[in-house]
Amino acid sequence: MNLVLAKTETGKALSDIFAIARNRLPGAGKVAGVRQQAFEAYERAGLPNRRVEEWKYTDLRVLMREVLPLAAAPDAVALKRARVAVQLHAVEDASKLVLVDGVLVPELSDLTKLEAGVSVKTLRATLEDASNDARSDLLLTDTTDAMISLNAALATDGVVIGIADGAALSRPIQIIHVATAPSASAFTRSYLKVGHGARATLVENFVAADGARSHQVNDAVIVWIGDGADLSQVRLMDDGTDAVNITSGIFTVGAKAKLNLFNMFSGGAVGRFQGFVTLNGEGTELSINGVNLLRGKQHGDMTLVVDHAVPNCVSREIFRAVVDDRAHSVFQGRINVRPKAQKTDARMMTRALLLSDEAEADNKPELEIFADDVACGHGATTGALDDSLLFYLRARGLSENEAQALLIQAFVGEAIEQIASDALREQVTATAQRWLEARR
Amino acid sequence: MPAVQETVDRVRRVDVDQYRYGFETLIESDKAPKGLSEDTVRFISAKKSEPAWMLEWRLEAYRRWLTMTEPAWARVEYPKIDYQDLYYYAAPKPKKQVSSLDEIDPEILKTYEKLGIPLREVAMLEGVEPRPGEADTARRKIAVDAVFDSVSVATTFKEELMKAGVIFMPISEAIREHPDLVKQYLGSVVPTSDNFFATLNSAVFSDGSFVYVPPGVRCPMELSTYFRINERNTGQFERTLIIADKGAYVSYLEGCTAPQRDENQLHAAVVELVALDDAEIKYSTVQNWYPGNSEGVGGIYNFVTKRGDCRGDNAKISWTQVETGSAITWKYPSCILRGDNSRGEFYSIAISNGYQQVDSGTKMIHLGRNTTSRIISKGIAAGKSQNTYRGLVTAHRKATGARNFTACDSLLIGDQCGAHTVPYVEAKNSSALFEHEATTSKISEDVLFYCIQRGLSQEEAVGLVVNGFVKDVLQQLPMEFAVEAQKLISISLEGSVG
Repeated sequence: MNLVLAKTETGKALSDIFAIARNRLPGAGKVAGVRQQAFEAYERAGLPNRRVEEWKYTDLRVLMREVLPLAAAPDAVALKRARVAVQLHAVEDASKLVLVDGVLVPELSDLTKLEAGVSVKTLRATLEDASNDARSDLLLTDTTDAMISLNAALATDGVVIGIADGAALSRPIQIIHVATAPSASAFTRSYLKVGHGARATLVENFVAADGARSHQVNDAVIVWIGDGADLSQVRLMDDGTDAVNITSGIFTVGAKAKLNLFNMFSGGAVGRFQGFVTLNGEGTELSINGVNLLRGKQHGDMTLVVDHAVPNCVSREIFRAVVDDRAHSVFQGRINVRPKAQKTDARMMTRALLLSDEAEADNKPELEIFADDVACGHGATTGALDDSLLFYLRARGLSENEAQALLIQAFVGEAIEQIASDALREQVTATAQRWLEARR
Repeated sequence: MPAVQETVDRVRRVDVDQYRYGFETLIESDKAPKGLSEDTVRFISAKKSEPAWMLEWRLEAYRRWLTMTEPAWARVEYPKIDYQDLYYYAAPKPKKQVSSLDEIDPEILKTYEKLGIPLREVAMLEGVEPRPGEADTARRKIAVDAVFDSVSVATTFKEELMKAGVIFMPISEAIREHPDLVKQYLGSVVPTSDNFFATLNSAVFSDGSFVYVPPGVRCPMELSTYFRINERNTGQFERTLIIADKGAYVSYLEGCTAPQRDENQLHAAVVELVALDDAEIKYSTVQNWYPGNSEGVGGIYNFVTKRGDCRGDNAKISWTQVETGSAITWKYPSCILRGDNSRGEFYSIAISNGYQQVDSGTKMIHLGRNTTSRIISKGIAAGKSQNTYRGLVTAHRKATGARNFTACDSLLIGDQCGAHTVPYVEAKNSSALFEHEATTSKISEDVLFYCIQRGLSQEEAVGLVVNGFVKDVLQQLPMEFAVEAQKLISISLEGSVG
């Protein structure tokens, strides 16, 4: 929707933030020009609100109110706190890239386990590399989403990972985003290029160090998957209790490739993952799955757009939301099938479990189909735990809490079991377990 | 899977270029001056000899409309409508005051005859003679209110309905004769400020039907309105208000056609239904406005606001629509389930062809306790058309025990059309149970298995199950509508996408 909004107080403050931050942001010349354009694009739209269809259920003007100033680079004390958080979330055997308050910190990162065929650079270095003519392209995307525009304008750092053609990695690469600063924002942007026939696993964590309060995260990850490549990606949004975490993923997938993507939101006051996947090559298999585990007044949103641009691709989406107390879960999924994309097989299933009378779940599974020889479907259900199942378990001696936990575990398990890697699946299951235990 | 040849042929037969109702009746008409202003509103109100409160109501709506902008969220595209380049009122010029059907302009009678709508009470169903011994009353009767451009030209069976206590008359008469009822209910379901088109309608509506069924009365016959746009450059704005008092029942049908013309014509109607305790309203539509030719020239812009309010406990409102016409359809018949245990139903078959654009669906708003709703929507897109289902199911905090089942399937014929599904499912109560599905195979595995076991193919079985379900509703339509509708829905459901 083209909505020209009067500049709010918030908008005014933000242009000051941009003016102040500009000198700190990496990249001059053309890069600075692209940032300026991106910022202007954001300013025209302003913070996404309920009048913007894609953000209908996640009104950032209400939930976020304003964009906070950029966090300062972390000092020694902050890094010490960050180290504790990193240790808690580190995945065994993984190469680790740690971004603290939007800046890559080499001393917390660990690239000793990096396998052959992988190159890693920081976004900052790439944007400042004057010999790279295409550096400003890193800030360009096809989307018109205001939060992605803002990300391009204000991204301070990130990682640029390249995986060579045919490189089959056996160990995961992990990016850990840690927030330490109170009342500040971090803008990060990362790139992953998986070469033809390559195989990789990427884990992304969003966490808060002890002492981080009311911080905002805006991350974008831009992924390019070559022909015959295979990428598994697991994202765990387990941020601080009052964090606002808005993350975007933009995926372009080649022919006969595989993408297995999983996102779980369990920590943070407001969290949204928006994924945009374009299937550009035939014979590709896509599996996107997600879980929202919400309590208190949390607001969790997963928004997916899968664009079948070519024929003969398969996509599967499974989403589960468990909503307790006064929390609010949102799932929006759109499947586009373009006119030439015949023989598309696309399925989407979203289910929400409401555990409290004040919980809310909104589902918007959309289909947009322009080809006639396709099998597309979606399903959506919303409801409470089945009384007869609870009774069955109670009758066999389980307590009310145990019975509920067992059923909830099975419910979210349907999405979690889609994760390709055994180790990561177990880790996610353990995180879900912890959430359930805290519920008692 | 692709559609079979039989399906393709069937759809071609209902193709846009074979519009049967495209003729024009040459008749002199009485028009309001072109354009829209307070004067136009006053003109219409004066033409209808309305009381002052009604004029005030219209003017308020008009002033509100001036501050509103046309909605742009629907998946339809059309050139900007110049609201000053339209006639807002057109009535066949009366030769003299008519007191009986014989005095109505024979041209108009002929028009309705051509359309197959019996205005003479004797001529009921063509070719159906009462069997020997069968009482006259045993035959099915339908009372018809015929609306020609902006005015109601005839209402049949008025007297017989009167005996049962049912009020069925043009709304313009009801405003004069039953002002208390109209004042109480008009705008109570679709307020004048509701949306751009509804507000426009509130300002300039010229006629439509008014139905009031008193407590405990089961309306003795089907009621029906037949809308016909004839005049050039004319917008048709009718307003229908149906009230079923406690324990009453009424079934109402609506049909629409228009001549084939090169320019687009605007149709912005408002339908309000009110069902009190234990009442039931069944509202059926066979919408067959001129859809434009195969090049996409001409056709009706159909922007309609239809809403039913289950105001009492145990009330039930059911919408059935067969949509085949209009260049643009923008229509979301909705149910507000306010009373406890109230029920809302929406059965829709929307077929688009040529360059037609359909954006239609429903809203089920669960407010009361133990309310249930059911949505069955079948969209069929062919040619270069776009067919969108847009629906909302919502349960509010206090809607304990709300239940909804939604199934919306679309079928595409050809690779230049589009079928889209945009459902909104919002649950704010943990005891709400909502199910939304968009794959035919999920309907009932048991029934399918049963059919397949007896030798039907999977496709035939699915067709049988879904058709059987929809037919149940369609068979409630009077014969001439049912025949037309049946032709349109017997289209095979195989090749469905969600």
